[in-house]
Amino acid sequence: MRWKNLLGVLLATSMVAGSLVGCGSANSALGGGSADAAEKDTIKIGSLEDWTGDYATIGIQKYHAAELAVEELNKNGGLLGKEVELVAYDCQSDTTKYQEFCKKLVQDDQVDVIMGCMSSACREAIRPYIEENNALLFYNNQYEGGVASHNVFCTGTIPEQNCEVLVKELLDQGNTSFYTIAADYNFGQIMTQWVDKTVVENGGVVAGEEFIPLGTSQFESTIQKIKDADPDVLVCELVGTAQASFYEQFLKSGIEDITMASTVQIVQSYDHKTITAPALGNMYVTGGFVEEMADYSDAAKEFVDMWRAKYPEEGGVYMEGEIEYTGIMLWAKAVEKAGTTEVEAVIDALESGEISVESAAGTVTIDGATHHAIKDIFLILCDENHELHVENEIDAVEPYWLRDELKIDLRVESPNKQYTPIDE
Amino acid sequence: MSLFGILYQFSDSFTFLILAALGLAIIFGMMGIINLAQGEFIMVGAYATTIIINQGFPYPVGILGGALAAALLGFVMDRLIISHLYQRVLDSVVATWGISLVLSEGMLQLFGPSMQSVSMPLGSVSIDGSKYSVYKLLLTLLAIGVVILIYLLFTKTEFGRKARATMQSRDISESLGVNTKAVYSETFVIGSALAGLTGALYAPTMTITPTMGNNFMVQSFVTVMCGGANPILGSVLSGGVLGLVNSTLSVTISAFFGKIGLLIITIIIIRVLPTGFTGLIEKTGARRRR
Repeated sequence: MRWKNLLGVLLATSMVAGSLVGCGSANSALGGGSADAAEKDTIKIGSLEDWTGDYATIGIQKYHAAELAVEELNKNGGLLGKEVELVAYDCQSDTTKYQEFCKKLVQDDQVDVIMGCMSSACREAIRPYIEENNALLFYNNQYEGGVASHNVFCTGTIPEQNCEVLVKELLDQGNTSFYTIAADYNFGQIMTQWVDKTVVENGGVVAGEEFIPLGTSQFESTIQKIKDADPDVLVCELVGTAQASFYEQFLKSGIEDITMASTVQIVQSYDHKTITAPALGNMYVTGGFVEEMADYSDAAKEFVDMWRAKYPEEGGVYMEGEIEYTGIMLWAKAVEKAGTTEVEAVIDALESGEISVESAAGTVTIDGATHHAIKDIFLILCDENHELHVENEIDAVEPYWLRDELKIDLRVESPNKQYTPIDE
Repeated sequence: MSLFGILYQFSDSFTFLILAALGLAIIFGMMGIINLAQGEFIMVGAYATTIIINQGFPYPVGILGGALAAALLGFVMDRLIISHLYQRVLDSVVATWGISLVLSEGMLQLFGPSMQSVSMPLGSVSIDGSKYSVYKLLLTLLAIGVVILIYLLFTKTEFGRKARATMQSRDISESLGVNTKAVYSETFVIGSALAGLTGALYAPTMTITPTMGNNFMVQSFVTVMCGGANPILGSVLSGGVLGLVNSTLSVTISAFFGKIGLLIITIIIIRVLPTGFTGLIEKTGARRRR
């Protein structure tokens, strides 16, 4: 009867595993936060990123970016004459850790702003708490768009920026039919909706779509269906390291003449460096920044050199690392304009439409009505040798969806919820 | 889709299940130890293979190296920890779970969050007007080969006889002069080597990360559970049935339903056949003999 035991044991261990990990985390904090927060002789930036676990590739980048930004701020005399301090916790790619450490940052460390979150799941897990306590969250990460919250500013690229540009550029190149495979959770599903919507509105054809469970690493059935549909363009919105296994298997399936496209791969987690060439050959991506842009602009080169000098061992700095850095700079600008770190005053400053930063990825401006960023989008081609080329630059792409289609103006009233094109 | 296409989908699914489960099945079936570090042994095999191939060695050397690395790790783990826990199912679960955490976090510290993977060798072949990956086809043949080899090992060799005797009754085997501790040790090393081999074989198809072992865990556990006591027969039968359900649903609906279907059929199987496929075979065999 051993295999019966096996089932029981499996259940028991998964429960024990959950609870043990839960209690182990309380002392895993590394932040240098001093307890006497009441005195406030420093300005504190909280950071919630994943240094370990599934999202570590991006999380470590973002944490390092925050370190670098704080160092730069202090080098230039701090903020409002005070030193800036980073209080950072490792959220271990675990949503419950985000909730736990978010409370700690707000209650114990009393930080002035929180920079962080990688997946939409962890952002949505802490957003209610941020709103209830009138704290301030900068979500510096590409996501599916639609967050309309008084207390949250989203500086990463959103679908009306990356998806639209990507699909329109590929349609301009003469492609007509699009097949999308996407990670099976809100991000992937909403991105797919945006792809389909843009394709149809611009005269293209949707050849098919499939949502892939997170953690899937074997793709033969998916590849078979793509083969049968035979599209011009395969849009890949795959997330996580397991799903990145798709490309090598797709390459070796012998399919040719399908152009690949993505807003996730390469720009987020430098897959062109971890996946052996030419699996990502002939893939177009859109996004805000890749470190190869050092050859493209001086601002990018300066940023990449600064990064390399501090983190020579690290795999590289890409879109999310860059935007974390820029997010902190945007917040710092707003603090200087407001003359205080008090949350309402800083939000007022951010909503003025005057908070703008010349970043490594071009000009980034906070749009007051939507709390999102107006930014430059780059169309990047990954060639057979996995070298990246900037093919096109579209300047000052607006985060228009919440403002123009849903008529939301956060300066007037905040619904404090996330909208998706699915509820329309 | 052509007939070969359907067969290809099934064999791909079957191969993954069998290879993921075999090491776990042997350690569990023979020793009664539930190795929760199975996924991490697979991960270690994949890392070793990737490193060796990236050094410029040919694929067969890398794959062998992956299996050997995991076998070595299995040997060390057995001497240090597992050998003290023979016949202690629950304790072994906690201990191997601890080993799995140490291995995956240790790998993260050693090599960082990801590693440059190696590409899949051998390109593609055109059959019936559609193209298929040669390496994936080869994997199926290799999986069948491994199963046959393990079968021969446990039925035709001196070690196999001792191992099966130990599995049936440890006390009687000991009284007949079998060194059961040595048998357990060797079994654990063989199970570890098989896990390493799985990692080695799948390394070229996957992204190499410290958590990659998790991708195998669900599949390997459900296959062993449905298989029942006999590690080889059970794994093959449950790999066949689960693979059929998984590939059919994946191709006709989506990968999501393939995964759900795999779990639902597992629930049904352990409800209807609480002793797994092995139990069913033994029961019908006994009935026929009567």
